[in-house]
Amino acid sequence: MEWLERNVPKFVLAPSFVAILVFVYGFIAWTAWISFTKSRLMPRYELDGIGQYERLFAAPRWDVAMNNLFIFGGLFIVISMVIGLMLAIFLDQKIRAEGVLRTVYLYPMALSLIVTGTAWKWILNPGLGIQAAVRSWGFENFTFDWLIRPEMAIYTIVLAAVWQASGFVMALFLAGLRSVDTEIIRAAQVDGIPTHRIYSAIIIPTMAPIFLSAFIVLAHLAIKAFDLVIALTNGGPGYATDLPATYMYAMAFSRGDLGQAASSAMIMMGVIFAIVVPYLYSELRPRRDQ
Amino acid sequence: MKSVLAASTAVMLAGPVMAEPTAEVLHWWTSGGEAKSVAVLQEQFAAEGGTWTDMPVAGGGGDAAMTALRARVLSGNAPTAVQLKGPAIQEWYEETGLADIGSVAEANNWAEVLPAQIAEHMKCEGTWCAAPVNVHRVNWIWGNKQILDEHGIAMPTTWEEFNAAAEKLQAAGVTPLAHGGQNWQDATIFETVVLGLGGPEFYQQALVDLDPEALTSDTMKQVFDQMRTIRGYVDDNFSGRDWNLATAMVMNGEAAFQIMGDWAKGEFLAAGKEPGVDFVCAQTPGEGFLYNVDSFAFFELDGEEKQQGQELLAKLIMGPEFQKTFNLNKGSIPARTDVALDDFDDCAKKSSEAMNAGAEDGSLLPSYAHGMALRGAPAGAITDVVTAHFNSDMSSEDAVQQLADAVANAM
Repeated sequence: MEWLERNVPKFVLAPSFVAILVFVYGFIAWTAWISFTKSRLMPRYELDGIGQYERLFAAPRWDVAMNNLFIFGGLFIVISMVIGLMLAIFLDQKIRAEGVLRTVYLYPMALSLIVTGTAWKWILNPGLGIQAAVRSWGFENFTFDWLIRPEMAIYTIVLAAVWQASGFVMALFLAGLRSVDTEIIRAAQVDGIPTHRIYSAIIIPTMAPIFLSAFIVLAHLAIKAFDLVIALTNGGPGYATDLPATYMYAMAFSRGDLGQAASSAMIMMGVIFAIVVPYLYSELRPRRDQ
Repeated sequence: MKSVLAASTAVMLAGPVMAEPTAEVLHWWTSGGEAKSVAVLQEQFAAEGGTWTDMPVAGGGGDAAMTALRARVLSGNAPTAVQLKGPAIQEWYEETGLADIGSVAEANNWAEVLPAQIAEHMKCEGTWCAAPVNVHRVNWIWGNKQILDEHGIAMPTTWEEFNAAAEKLQAAGVTPLAHGGQNWQDATIFETVVLGLGGPEFYQQALVDLDPEALTSDTMKQVFDQMRTIRGYVDDNFSGRDWNLATAMVMNGEAAFQIMGDWAKGEFLAAGKEPGVDFVCAQTPGEGFLYNVDSFAFFELDGEEKQQGQELLAKLIMGPEFQKTFNLNKGSIPARTDVALDDFDDCAKKSSEAMNAGAEDGSLLPSYAHGMALRGAPAGAITDVVTAHFNSDMSSEDAVQQLADAVANAM
């Protein structure tokens, strides 16, 4: 009986543990293996060195995809956090109809990225959207054609992604702001400290864990960004807005080049590890003050 | 009459003894006209006593169906027949093997009725392993008759003529070319320019044999120069536009020309437009015929009823009756050269004539943009360069260099 009591949790957890072992780590290992083979249409298992990685790094399209990841990821994370924080601070001023406004800002998150992408595709299309509208108001020379300019198109993706995610970041920060001890804020107010100082010196520093969470959530959204690109630009013009995820999809499913897809997937995983591992390390290490 | 009776009695007698042919058919013909076309095959198959299991997988121009196929093959449960085309047939043959349908092919004289170039695609190491359904011609240029008449423009027969016509139209405020900025559409224009400027022999060297000298030649630079010129004839909103919307632009008089395979004809006809009256079809400037042939391949399977299903299916697909009905629905022409074309429209008749002529003089060539000439990786690598050049200010010199590098990297 006692034995059972001790072991029941293990039995209950075992199936999901096995499932994760096989379907997550097992397939990561499988992908890693495939990335070292000459697999094309179908997986082959004879190892063939690092040929796929050499091909990957020789492909100009992969360079574009990685560059785009850094441009998109960097801008998306920074801008979403800045806008999210601003919105949260403004909403935190005990304003009227806060509930309504909060919902308004959060709503984009409820949309699927496919919907966001399609809507922005129309909004940004020079002949249908903003440019056409402004021109029809009489500003004949107004130009806003980022969507069709290869060097600017990646920023349209940033724009749509920020629109989608900043409301969510706002909600995160708002929760953080509300969790700051009001006593400290009152004390500061009594001491006559101006509001912006209260925010910059007291509230924001105590919210450091929220920043970290927001960063991690946004970073993984950025790295796995796929549907937004597919809907908004489909990687175009040319392949100017390709991201590693769309590159991998093209290789695996359109071109019958599984080896390339596997090696690009491994690099993507490496990028994620580079971000997540330091985070886990900082979260999981024993706290010095405890 | 007697023999018919005898035959039908024989069938009736033999019926219960023989195993019933069954077929599970994986395809991606799910849109209106295509679905109708498959239904024809399905009916004929059932009429011959077969059991048809339909497995349509829509999406991604066949990508989704290929993913489904891979999963099925990996799990050791390949479907009876699969819509496959071009070098993918041989690629699958090398990976898993395909069923030999030589007995059907020989009994029905396929070698006689198919153009040699197309028959070659249906063979794996000399044996028949696939059955062709139709032939699409890719190098078509479609024009809005009214606009062309208004500006006194004839369908161009050289790229210079095309450029001159486009300049004239542009000066008059008409968008010369309706185009959709999607990779495969850029590639479609590219291959017609390669064929038009370089001729059939150069096309063969560059896009079929992937000869590095041809890829970096001056002719190829001219091709990219022409692509840059064409880029100037496209309207501003072309990014990501679907091909049928581009066709609609020609239909509605918003643009004068479109370069697209003969599936565009289906759009014109569906909108009630008449060839020669509302729209004109002509081959893209230059000589030659770029084909895109849909076909079915058969996997090696155990079970007599499945093998019979494969043989019956192969026979029906290549039957003159099916080839006619199917292609009338789909807008393409029969792969068989002996099907009467009386019910087909003028564009299809032109296409068929050109195919027969091309089969004679060797200008019948596989389309690279539609997966007929090359396997996935090199074809995709070329498309990457073509679309990157078309959508940026890359110089033609850089483009040919990148082209050669990309092809080498994809091998």
